[in-house]
Amino acid sequence: MKRKASEMTAVSTQPDGRRGMLDRLNGQMAAIGFVLPLIIYLLIFYAAPLLQNMSMSLHRYTRRTFVTGDAPFVGLDIYREVIGSSEFWPVVLQTLIFVVVSLIFQYAIGLALAVFFNDNFKLSGLLRGIMLIPWLLPLIVSGTTWQWMMNPDSGILNKFLGLFGINPIWWLQADHSLWAVIIANIWLGIPFNLVILYSGLQNISADLYEAAALDGCNAWNRFWNITFPLLRPVTSITLLLGFVYTLKVVDVIWVMSMGTGSSKTLATWAYSMAFGKGTSATIKYSQAAVLGSILILVALIFGFIYLRVQKAQEEN
Amino acid sequence: MMHRHSGLKTALGIFFTAIMLFPVYWMVNISFTAKGSIRSGDVIPMDFTLDNYARVLDIQLPNLATSIVLALCCVILTLVIALPSAYALSLLRVRGSRVISFLLIVAQMIPAVVITLGFYEIYNKVGLLDTIPGLVLADSTIAVPFAVMLLTSFMESIPKSLLEAAEVDGATRLRRFTSIVIPLSRNSIVTVSLFAFLWAWSDFLFASTLDGGGSRRPITLGLYAYIGAQTQEWGPMMATAVLSSIPATILLVFAQRYVAAGVTAGAVKD
Repeated sequence: MKRKASEMTAVSTQPDGRRGMLDRLNGQMAAIGFVLPLIIYLLIFYAAPLLQNMSMSLHRYTRRTFVTGDAPFVGLDIYREVIGSSEFWPVVLQTLIFVVVSLIFQYAIGLALAVFFNDNFKLSGLLRGIMLIPWLLPLIVSGTTWQWMMNPDSGILNKFLGLFGINPIWWLQADHSLWAVIIANIWLGIPFNLVILYSGLQNISADLYEAAALDGCNAWNRFWNITFPLLRPVTSITLLLGFVYTLKVVDVIWVMSMGTGSSKTLATWAYSMAFGKGTSATIKYSQAAVLGSILILVALIFGFIYLRVQKAQEEN
Repeated sequence: MMHRHSGLKTALGIFFTAIMLFPVYWMVNISFTAKGSIRSGDVIPMDFTLDNYARVLDIQLPNLATSIVLALCCVILTLVIALPSAYALSLLRVRGSRVISFLLIVAQMIPAVVITLGFYEIYNKVGLLDTIPGLVLADSTIAVPFAVMLLTSFMESIPKSLLEAAEVDGATRLRRFTSIVIPLSRNSIVTVSLFAFLWAWSDFLFASTLDGGGSRRPITLGLYAYIGAQTQEWGPMMATAVLSSIPATILLVFAQRYVAAGVTAGAVKD
């Protein structure tokens, strides 16, 4: 063993030798061998469906051509139809409202709770753990529960509002449905924000707070002068990921309102058209694929932004 | 200074937690309430019954079994793909690792609904619709990018000297992988497995589109069947919802540490 060891070091000290090059080539081949399953996987399960989606957005697929497989190529025609339709921009706006309002409240409430839990008090660890439950439950379970709580006749929400003399609200109908799904989605996102922001807070040195307290800074000022600025890196990553994840949401909205009324977002619209469910009585593969391509584009853009933000943070 | 209000803070903390968990409590509450009293909205199940559970258990047990099989297969597939590639990306200095990392980030951001449509077309051609393997493969796409990224970032922290020492002793790359890297990554593997399990278990999107509702359907579809029904039966529905929440609850009780690790590792690099 010992002798072998000295041989190995001898080889690695002359990296320019033939052995060194061969070794590196060998190493690279082995490395590729280890990463190959992933590459094949990504090709089959990401690239292929995405290309399929792209192709469907450029060919006019109908129920018939889907079966026969001779959908005619129509270029960007379907893009024009979808973007030009009277529904498109209102749905984009609803999607934005859904995402932005959800994010603001998830973040604000998550941060408030993170700051609250940052002081260790009795049971704080346990309570913080329990708060994760909404995030871990299957979305369909949470959606179902909210749907029941928002039931206009006997849901607990209207019962509660009734105590204050407020008339029952038709939560999941027409104009209200967007706000109903936003409320549920905020609730779902709070734990995620809480955990991430809490771990961000843990990295802020307690000395800073002590120094500030000695200088007579009150809690409010300490938050705005120390906590908030120092959390900026964590905040940007959280909001960035939050944006992308919220854009994708289908399950909760679908279970609660089937994407009817104002709760129709780009993702639920694509889902309903792709499979002829909910508001889209007929299957519209190509139109769904167009929305899919738009969503992919947004994902790509945010992927780049995410990488840049991460890189900037690493350089700091 | 920090501890002066400890009692008050605990009380407040319990209050906040109670508000946050109210919907979950409400689900459990309704699941134990007899049909006639559901609409009265009692805060505790005054008209207590186990009927709802008795009624759904027969129907949902096979679905629960399907979900367990699905989720376990998904965990295995995820690890089989993610472990070796994370090893290559972190410790073997494979060419193009930056490109792959970028692709993984984008993959994680791609909406499942887009992939679903592509899957549907492809599965339709190759005959994977309505099959368990088809659903396992589709469900794994939720976890694989996350798993590779989490494992890679962990493996990067393994001291290089450890691996070099093994190399000097003549251990091949494969041997270093199986006898050093994998055992050291134990915690990350647990975290990844937890999430792969949970995501596959919770999946509704793929199940609702790639599984035509044959005899073997996952629990999420079992629950969804109540929502689509004309007369909504809230009691059985909530009982089913509670049953489908069991794994999440078990995981939280026994593995909270790993769960929190997964949430933060996915978003924040330290």
